[in-house]
Amino acid sequence: MAKKVALLQGNEACAHGALYAGCNFFGGYPITPSTEVAEVLSNELPKFGGKFIQMEDEIGAMASIIGASLTGAKALTASSGPGISLKQELIGYACIAEVPCVIISVMRGGPSTGMPTGPGQSDVMQAKWGTHGDHATIALAPASVQEIFTETVRAFNLAEKYRMPVQVVYDEIVGHMRERIEFPEPGDLEIINRAKPTVGPDKYKPYDTSFGDVPPLAAYGTGYRYHVTGLNKAQDGFPTTKAEYVDAEERRQIRKVEGEVARVDIEKYEEYLTDDATILLFAYGSTSRSARYAVNELRKEGIKVGLFRPITLWPFPEKRIAALGKQVKAIIVPELNLGQMNLEVERVVKGACPVISIGRVDGEPINPGQIIAQVKEVK
Amino acid sequence: MAYDYEKYIRPGKLPHIWCPGCGHGIVMKGLIRAIDSCGLDKNNTALVSGIGCASRLPGYLDFCTLHTAHGRAAAFATGVKMAKPEMNVIVMGGDGDGTAIGGNHFIHACRRNIDMTYVIMNNLIYGMTGGQFSPCTPTGDKASTTPYGNPDPTFDISKLAIGAGATFVARTTAFHATQIDKLIAEGIKHKGMAIIEVLDDCPTTYGRRNKFRSVIDMMKRLKDIAVPVAAAGKMTAEQLEGKVLTGVLYKEDKPEYCEQYAKVIAKASGAK
Ligand SMILES: Cc1ncc(C[n+]2csc(CCOP(=O)(O)OP(=O)(O)O)c2C)c(N)n1
Ligand code: SF4
Ligand SMILES: [Mg+2]
Repeated sequence: MAKKVALLQGNEACAHGALYAGCNFFGGYPITPSTEVAEVLSNELPKFGGKFIQMEDEIGAMASIIGASLTGAKALTASSGPGISLKQELIGYACIAEVPCVIISVMRGGPSTGMPTGPGQSDVMQAKWGTHGDHATIALAPASVQEIFTETVRAFNLAEKYRMPVQVVYDEIVGHMRERIEFPEPGDLEIINRAKPTVGPDKYKPYDTSFGDVPPLAAYGTGYRYHVTGLNKAQDGFPTTKAEYVDAEERRQIRKVEGEVARVDIEKYEEYLTDDATILLFAYGSTSRSARYAVNELRKEGIKVGLFRPITLWPFPEKRIAALGKQVKAIIVPELNLGQMNLEVERVVKGACPVISIGRVDGEPINPGQIIAQVKEVK
Repeated sequence: MAYDYEKYIRPGKLPHIWCPGCGHGIVMKGLIRAIDSCGLDKNNTALVSGIGCASRLPGYLDFCTLHTAHGRAAAFATGVKMAKPEMNVIVMGGDGDGTAIGGNHFIHACRRNIDMTYVIMNNLIYGMTGGQFSPCTPTGDKASTTPYGNPDPTFDISKLAIGAGATFVARTTAFHATQIDKLIAEGIKHKGMAIIEVLDDCPTTYGRRNKFRSVIDMMKRLKDIAVPVAAAGKMTAEQLEGKVLTGVLYKEDKPEYCEQYAKVIAKASGAK
């Protein structure tokens, strides 16, 4: 049977991806350019008993999804720069308390109110380091309407699997453009649900590492009574200041994402003509589409350019970028900010090749011509 | 009456962090008696709090407990209740937590009239951080950040709750210990947002700066300022000067939020 196809906006695809993943709770607060996610879900969720709530602000929205998730719900919020800034304290709460949830961050310009209807990619470091304290981050960066759907599904899967907040960050261009999308049938994409406790309530500890780096999470109201706090805690969930407990828990929470095995599972990227490339473009989101176009044009002229497109932005694909840094003469990083991921590429390449930033923050997309000119300059 | 508090206290979690003479412990015992009298199922009851001395309360009790971030308890609790309306949701917190940083969540939870019970322990101060003034610190009083006397006007929490749309609002004090459980129990049974303000005391950071020579003096003040609503009707404005009304201050039947949303679900699923 032919798959269902539609012409959909990025934000609409996000909402449908969330539903496909099993999302049954949305808490939000309106902000351009993310609002369509809320609008679609306010319509769809109650059709099957799901819950939609428009909270009084983004902090409340973030709080509501953490509360909902603790009852077992698959919970989502969506916002943009200023709203994502407001959520930061509680994103950290979800990290330390290890509560699965998904946060959609549709990027506009900034800081502050910036250019609400213009595109930007200047919140990629906010995704990594926006909340205070040491913590691991998972952030995904789709570049098309179809990919917003599939990456939103993956975000839920990773949130449930690693028991933590996962962010999907994309720029206003991808969020607002309309493209053809093929809806996966039920079963086409894997759906992961959080591990449930295998021990009875009397033996249950919410951070019991005898079950590995991601301990099972019981839902409130199912017979398991336990404590959740934003304080540093021991495996039983109660606050502690004991150095060895605090240290072990903090390290585990980073290891569960940045450890060797987890990285292989979480990292995702696409390489285009990188095998013989002597110049590499590193680009994500809408900018990667201009970059791909530039690669095709330059290849016609015999210039060996390739594109590395991270789909998982955080954790950063360190190994592969380090290897490519040794292979190519230069890495060019076009992005709609003044060099944020550029810094990360530089850090990982460790001077093996020059890393050149193409930054743009005037509310216009980076066009292929701009990239082509830069490539020709370094060639 | 000998009372089995142990039934609800988590083994090994006492002693608590509260100072000798702190009123929060009195409220905790009142809460236990209220929960017991209502016969709430521990497994199906969530105790949610923010940050502060008052907000440490849930950690000691054997329920589904959620110690959140400063000011955010009502919003977390809203998520819990919305996602699982069959759970009993009780919020416990301080005056600073609930009316300063959490003021927005507080009034909107009242406005929605979502079915939860919010016990706000008003000790007139930010106790945990060492006694800075809160929105409830009386004008003129001393706090660590009002060395010349507090220039700020104060919130009347109960009035705020009524104005914001809570459908059950009651007030008592830590001196009137037995009234605490009766009012909390009534709040739990009420369908909708129930606010129970308990005036209590912080001898450590408020009392000593404001010429209370002992906890007994602070308790005496709570005893003296309380006027039951029924009695207030017969008193003159002069006699009511400096007093606070206690008892059930407001009660109304209004549609509850989760029930309202259930209607949305019925409408949406019918329109499939
Ligand atoms: C975001 C944030 N801001 C400030 C604080 C510091 N802080 C912790 S408790 C508290 C005041 C608590 O006062 P109240 O809610 O009245 O509780 P009490 O300690 O008096 O019982 C403050 C300001 C914090 N933990 N988080
Ligand atoms: S500082 Fe005040 S509020 Fe905190 S425990 Fe001590 S007496 Fe109670
Ligand atoms: Mg206080």
